[in-house]
Amino acid sequence: MSNQNQTEKRAIDLVNASLKKRYAKERRFRHVGQAAVIMGLLFVSFLFISIIGNGYTAFEHTFVRLNIEFSEQEIDPEGKRDPQALSTANYAGLVKAAMRAEFPDVKARKDKRALYKLISSGASLALREMVLANPEIIGTKKEVWLVADDDIDMLIKGHIDRNVPESDRRVSDKVIGWVEQFESKGAVEKQFNTTFFTNGDSREPELAGIGGAVMGSLYMLLVTLALSFPIGVAAAVYLEEFAPQNRWTDLIEVNINNLAAVPSIVFGLLGLAMFINFFGLPRSAPLVGGLVLTLMTLPTIIIASRAALKSVPPSIREAALGIGASKMQMVFNHVLPLAMPGMLTGTIIGMAQALGESAPLLMIGMVAFIVDIPGGPFDPATVLPVQVYLWADSPERAFVERTSAAIMVLLGFLFIMNFLAIILRRRFERRW
Amino acid sequence: MPNTVLILVLLGLMAVAYQLARKRSLGVVGGGAGVRKLHSLPSYYGFYAAIWCGLPALIVFGLWNAFQSTIITDLMVADLPAEVRSLGQAELGLVVNDIRNLAEGNITSGEVSPEMRAAADHYLSLEQTSAAALAVVVLSLAVLGTGLAWRLVSPKFRARNQVEFVVKGLLIISSTIAIFTTIGIVLSVLFEAIRFFEMIPFTEFVFGLDWSPQMAIREDQVGSSGAFGAIPLFAGTLLISFIAMVVAVQIGLMSAIFLSEYAGKKMRAFAKPVLEVLAGIPTVVYGFFAALTVAPFIRDNGSLIGLDVSSESALAAGLVMGIMIIPFISSLSDDVINAVPQAMRDASYGVGATQSETIRQVIIPAALPGIVGGVLLAVSRAIGETMIVVMAAGLSANMTANPLQSVTTVTVQIVTLLVGDQEFDSPKTLAAFALGLMLFVVTLALNVIALHVVRKYREQYE
Amino acid sequence: MDTATAVDEMGGDMSQTVATEGAFDHEKASQAFVGKVGEIAVDNPRMTARKVNVYYGEKHAIQDVNLDIGKNEVISMIGPSGCGKSTFLRCLNRMNDTIDICRVAGEIKLDGQDVYDKKLDVVPLRAQVGMVFQKPNPFPKSIYDNIAYGPKIHGLVSNKADLDEVVESSLRRAGLWSEVKDYLDQPGTGLSGGQQQRLCIARTIAVSPEVILMDEPCSALDPIATAKIEELIDELRENYTIAIVTHSMQQAARVSQRTAYFHLGKLIEVGNTDDIFTNPSHKLTEDYITGRFG
Repeated sequence: MSNQNQTEKRAIDLVNASLKKRYAKERRFRHVGQAAVIMGLLFVSFLFISIIGNGYTAFEHTFVRLNIEFSEQEIDPEGKRDPQALSTANYAGLVKAAMRAEFPDVKARKDKRALYKLISSGASLALREMVLANPEIIGTKKEVWLVADDDIDMLIKGHIDRNVPESDRRVSDKVIGWVEQFESKGAVEKQFNTTFFTNGDSREPELAGIGGAVMGSLYMLLVTLALSFPIGVAAAVYLEEFAPQNRWTDLIEVNINNLAAVPSIVFGLLGLAMFINFFGLPRSAPLVGGLVLTLMTLPTIIIASRAALKSVPPSIREAALGIGASKMQMVFNHVLPLAMPGMLTGTIIGMAQALGESAPLLMIGMVAFIVDIPGGPFDPATVLPVQVYLWADSPERAFVERTSAAIMVLLGFLFIMNFLAIILRRRFERRW
Repeated sequence: MPNTVLILVLLGLMAVAYQLARKRSLGVVGGGAGVRKLHSLPSYYGFYAAIWCGLPALIVFGLWNAFQSTIITDLMVADLPAEVRSLGQAELGLVVNDIRNLAEGNITSGEVSPEMRAAADHYLSLEQTSAAALAVVVLSLAVLGTGLAWRLVSPKFRARNQVEFVVKGLLIISSTIAIFTTIGIVLSVLFEAIRFFEMIPFTEFVFGLDWSPQMAIREDQVGSSGAFGAIPLFAGTLLISFIAMVVAVQIGLMSAIFLSEYAGKKMRAFAKPVLEVLAGIPTVVYGFFAALTVAPFIRDNGSLIGLDVSSESALAAGLVMGIMIIPFISSLSDDVINAVPQAMRDASYGVGATQSETIRQVIIPAALPGIVGGVLLAVSRAIGETMIVVMAAGLSANMTANPLQSVTTVTVQIVTLLVGDQEFDSPKTLAAFALGLMLFVVTLALNVIALHVVRKYREQYE
Repeated sequence: MDTATAVDEMGGDMSQTVATEGAFDHEKASQAFVGKVGEIAVDNPRMTARKVNVYYGEKHAIQDVNLDIGKNEVISMIGPSGCGKSTFLRCLNRMNDTIDICRVAGEIKLDGQDVYDKKLDVVPLRAQVGMVFQKPNPFPKSIYDNIAYGPKIHGLVSNKADLDEVVESSLRRAGLWSEVKDYLDQPGTGLSGGQQQRLCIARTIAVSPEVILMDEPCSALDPIATAKIEELIDELRENYTIAIVTHSMQQAARVSQRTAYFHLGKLIEVGNTDDIFTNPSHKLTEDYITGRFG
């Protein structure tokens, strides 16, 4: 007995002796876990800070006020106010004239050319719009805010440092001098950048916008939604409610699960070989993008829809069958409406996936440089994430800003979609 | 008649067919009071007629449109002058393209010869004939179908069963799309890959150490013999995936453990959704982040301590890819860890183990198959990830294990080979499909194994 | 409230509760029932529980339980489902700590040391007070690793030879050695239910505890396996103190020296097993033993 007691004591002493070390380990493990979480959170914040920090300035753009003389001689020497003549007139000349008037002492050809480059080439288009909208303006003199060149914009926003030696910066001292002259007169101003939202792509950063890409994304999502929602729901209904348990259904199931994990670029190869080369559908069209993304999002939607159908209790089915409904009536009148919120949630998440996807779209030619805003799913177009990819390749500092801003818009859309999905789930989630 | 108008007319006809058959079903039993004598509700007779009206017509419409352009082009080519037809395939393609552009009123690439003008006219007339024929065929099919259904309406006729039969057929077809997608993927990469392997031997592709897919356009061009040894690509892919997995597995697994076992409610409620935000961010954003922020950061810091870091280092791409995969690993590990039964924890605490001992020696070993399955899925994702590497990794095929150097990956090469000007039938373009085939086979194998492992694991504790 | 009236009928002395009354005056409400339950205290206590109250969130799962567990005795706890006997058992080595909403008030002492003392460490406590669970729960590891786990984490052995010895002696004491000695590297989950439960007992023994708590250890086993475990419990009594929760009154009668009867979270009666089963002094105990409910 006493011997036993002694060994017991020994055991607990040993336990106590090991405790310090073990607790040190415990603490270390805990700290490692904590560090992992903090790292993860840091990555998230770093990502967002870097993008927002780079991009928020793109929502404003620098404008320069110029005293434009809408001289009749330049615009409409014949005085007929013929719209054809008005729209082909030399508006860039007006801008140049105004600049010359502003800086009368700039004489050298090279300097003049540099001077004209202060104002974006898009300014003449703006003037044309003004004249076409209101021809009475011709012959008058008016102060107009015109879009500044992207380098000037970067200078004003401070992305080009004025203190750096001249050879290291894109803007020469002379240009800075002119800009400062404008600034001293209050003729430089940052205004909300509407062009960014309404324009299509452009080689000139100050004229480039996401309007075309947003429309392209919209058409593509419409095609995807119109195809993947009905097909996905139908497939889920069949597999969950009608399919017999056999090898064929197993095969379908394995296929769906695997497709959900196939790299997206492989779907791009499918789209290229099948839809474009074999069926001869147009390249760069949102239609083809939509088809490819339909195949990609189907697994997501089918899996979510099946989960929604599974959550409808069997008692509902029995009740419907019990009063003599056919199986089809039971499914379409009772089960499907109850499962609909879950299916819609899955569909929204699938659409969010499709909206953010870019790799397969590179394969089917949606990387083309497209200036026009697409008018339908057959027009060549690009989409928002691909626009980000295209701009990310451009060297100009102004495109970095616009890329980040485009990402912010993209993330905004994704946030809204996911938020909708969460609301839908909260609102209609039933506990049986 | 343009296709949209044709479809609208067809939809209209279907509505008419629905109404006609519904009325007739009521008529044959003598109005609303006789509904009970009908086998099915009147609307089912209506649907039945609408299906007969629309379905055959739509099938013909779809097939017609799928093959129309190929057939018309063949017909047109057959009528081209012999010397044009004897041109090579590539040149012929250009001519056909020009003719099509001419017919559609677009700008053509060269001078418009009278032969081309004639061919374009021919093409246009063929198109018009085809469209007219299509309209006639589709509309008459619709009317015939409606007539047939209308004749079949009788009280004994089981319209509901017939309609349900068709609906079930549609459901089955929808469910098989997954299989057709897989078949489509296999066929589209396989055929092109086989054509590639006819030009470049399979062994050279799989075991070759040199990758430079530029082909000489002129005979005398230097340094572009075209070498298609894919080993450097595989090595680069593995290097970047490895870096990504090192980052993602450690952070993902440890944060899943911390959040599910240690963290308080508030911490969990905050950190979990924030980490999951990472899963919803498009890959192109990660690519931009890697190229613009992370890569220069690593390069600058590397040069501070005297390291020569490439501006397209594998480390930057791998690191950012790892960040992308964190939520994937952490949510999968979370599921798996929670699936370990409480009895295991009780047993361990019951003999006096500390929390970390329980986690490390009981829970993780018990959850290991599930975690491994999740990691395999993540590896397949890392291998197939495209945008991050396209934007942040290099193009030069280096064989190196140094993460500070630039490497290229399978997906990067697929994109570079296929984006931009393509010449079909050149090994350069076809190589992309061979790489795609490799990618598909490897990721498929990983997925099958991983899904199997995860399922077996789930069954174990159910 | 037939419990209350039944307790009142009983009478009995309140002497045991007097000593602890002052400390827990915030729970006066339930004091009326305390101390009428027979021989709570023993001469040679290993564990003592006084005025233990347990709450699961809002639910008051255990009310004012006082009970001693003597050295080298087997005490069994019986009572209908949900009476709190398992909850009480789990309080003794603070296994309830793993349940977030569970709150324990009162005093439980092991060899005079309060186990709910804030400064006390649960790790050595659980090494001293081991536990065997209702369902056999071997780790998904080999038989050897199952046993070796405890000694390894607690640092009880310094080399492989010692560890082998501990594994062997634990398995021998659990009566499992002869059955598994050739399969020590096979997974513990591959054993039969009865063998698994003896493996779990061996795993508990391997850390040399002073008290072993058993929570219905035979409820998932067949009669033959049950008989083996009961035999084992009887042998273990020599070296360990054992508290066992059981559903089976026959089992309680066979293995234990003392028996405590729980009802709706209260300790109704405790005494020598023979007395409880042959001559219960409480109406509720009698009804339960004679099978009127439970």
